[in-house]
Amino acid sequence: MAEAEHATQLTELTWQQLRTLVSERALTGETMLLNMGPQHPSTHGVLRLLLELDGETVVNVAPDIGFLHTGIEKSCEHRTYQKVIPLTDRIDYLSPLSNNLAYCLAVERLMDVEAPPRAQYIRVILAELTRLASHLVWLATSALDLAAMSVFLYCFREREQILDIFELCSGQRMMTSFFRVGGLWRDVPEEFEEAVRAFLDYLPRRLDEYEEMLTENPLWKDRTIGIGVITQEQAIQWGVTGPSLRATGIAWDLRKAMPYSSYDHFDFEVPVGSNGDVYDRYRVRLAEMRQSLRIIRQALDNLPGGPVRTPDRKVTPPPKEELAYSMESLIHHFKLWTEGFKPPEGEVYQAVESPRGEFGVYISSDGSGKPRRVHFRAPSFVHLQALPLMAKGGLVADLVAIIGSIDIVLGEADR
Amino acid sequence: MEALIARLRERFPTAIQDVITFRGETTVVVPREALVEVCTYLRDEEGFNMLADLCAVDYLPRTPRFAVNYHLLSLDHRQRLRVKVFVEEEDPAVPTVTGVWPGANWHEREAFDLMGIRFEGHPDPRRILLPAEWEGHPLRKEIPVVVEEIAYSFNKARIYAEKPFARE
Repeated sequence: MAEAEHATQLTELTWQQLRTLVSERALTGETMLLNMGPQHPSTHGVLRLLLELDGETVVNVAPDIGFLHTGIEKSCEHRTYQKVIPLTDRIDYLSPLSNNLAYCLAVERLMDVEAPPRAQYIRVILAELTRLASHLVWLATSALDLAAMSVFLYCFREREQILDIFELCSGQRMMTSFFRVGGLWRDVPEEFEEAVRAFLDYLPRRLDEYEEMLTENPLWKDRTIGIGVITQEQAIQWGVTGPSLRATGIAWDLRKAMPYSSYDHFDFEVPVGSNGDVYDRYRVRLAEMRQSLRIIRQALDNLPGGPVRTPDRKVTPPPKEELAYSMESLIHHFKLWTEGFKPPEGEVYQAVESPRGEFGVYISSDGSGKPRRVHFRAPSFVHLQALPLMAKGGLVADLVAIIGSIDIVLGEADR
Repeated sequence: MEALIARLRERFPTAIQDVITFRGETTVVVPREALVEVCTYLRDEEGFNMLADLCAVDYLPRTPRFAVNYHLLSLDHRQRLRVKVFVEEEDPAVPTVTGVWPGANWHEREAFDLMGIRFEGHPDPRRILLPAEWEGHPLRKEIPVVVEEIAYSFNKARIYAEKPFARE
């Protein structure tokens, strides 16, 4: 009996909610409601979209997220600062090193330490490789959504090489957790430079190949030009960042505007589009990949020597050999692992340019070894919010192209 | 940044409760009554055209217990500013800023969903990440991460007394 009552309450609740999401026309049956997802190949994860359709025209889109919510922000409050790093990998699982970088920079600011130059350069190389890997997955999946199957296969082939480089450094292909507060876990191996240089020589030819296949392809242009347009004013109002913002013509890149991790040492351009449609987002991302290659080459050429972890003992454990003869070092090491370091009370917000846009980390410290609150500003979350803006008035088939072009990762949107 | 703070203090002599500078970041604390006014001023006159992020913090056991942070970003001046509003546990409500930046919509829904802050005047005050029938707000400090610890005892009465959650 109680169960049945609960069930009616539930339907009543969902019915009321539905009324706020769709127009009156849907309630009279004039327009059709269609569920897209949460298991749909073109939603790039577990995203559910409630579509209101008039024939094949999209009247309204109501994104429904939260299927991948894992409470990462809550888990962070119960770990020491250093132990949060593996969790940050799992937020945006296609660009783990960008997340590591944002988090480590935030804690470094909180602790007032700085990574040594060599660590900063290696961080830049790995972050740019991550951007390449992430953009390759984006190109692969968004092209697949528009029925370009071969691009999908080629892109994943290239991405494998990047993952091999990650494996070389950290022993892991995807969840690398390679960065530490104050530097890196360890120096990169000797073969690293050779492997990266081989990849740098290899990829430009492949990028030319993709451009040959897509950029002037009439089918591709038909499906992307003028689709999913967002204006500059809308993009700023809704907090859209990254390639989607640059496609509207605003040259806003945090690597240039607010440089971090010695990005100001490198010479690169910020590609912009003009129309803010799917095609421009595609052009911007492809141009960005070539700029990333430029940055990596410069960083490799000028790679400084020296340590990869700050000598500041506040965050760096004493070297292993010291533990054999120094009791103080042993105790310090033990304390760092059990209690962690204790930043002063305060709060910081650090943002980096992740492949998807502004990835921000907010940390509020209460002076103990664990953060009071960690919040991640996820670009996918923000961009999904702007999806109805781009999709209204278009066709269902265009919606697929738009979702592909804003490059969402649901792990990041739901956290 | 100092000039900006000076202008703010001049424009809102009573509303700026505190200005904190920590590690090069500036935080302006305002009461919730003045929030929308200050935000509109910052957007229109000072060029903070983007709301980069919004999040709620639980300061238990302090009072006022909750705070809502607004991380503003100015694309033209390349600077950031944090606006902070403290709210009491008994009445955790702040006015919505969706009228100033429409992008605040989902951020506010998330803050409501996970921390239980009410945003008055919000156009769509539903949960966003958790299911609609979920009870409670998991980011609050009284909600434990690990609900049940391992009990090295078979004395049920003692376990229940120490760990009320174990019963479920």
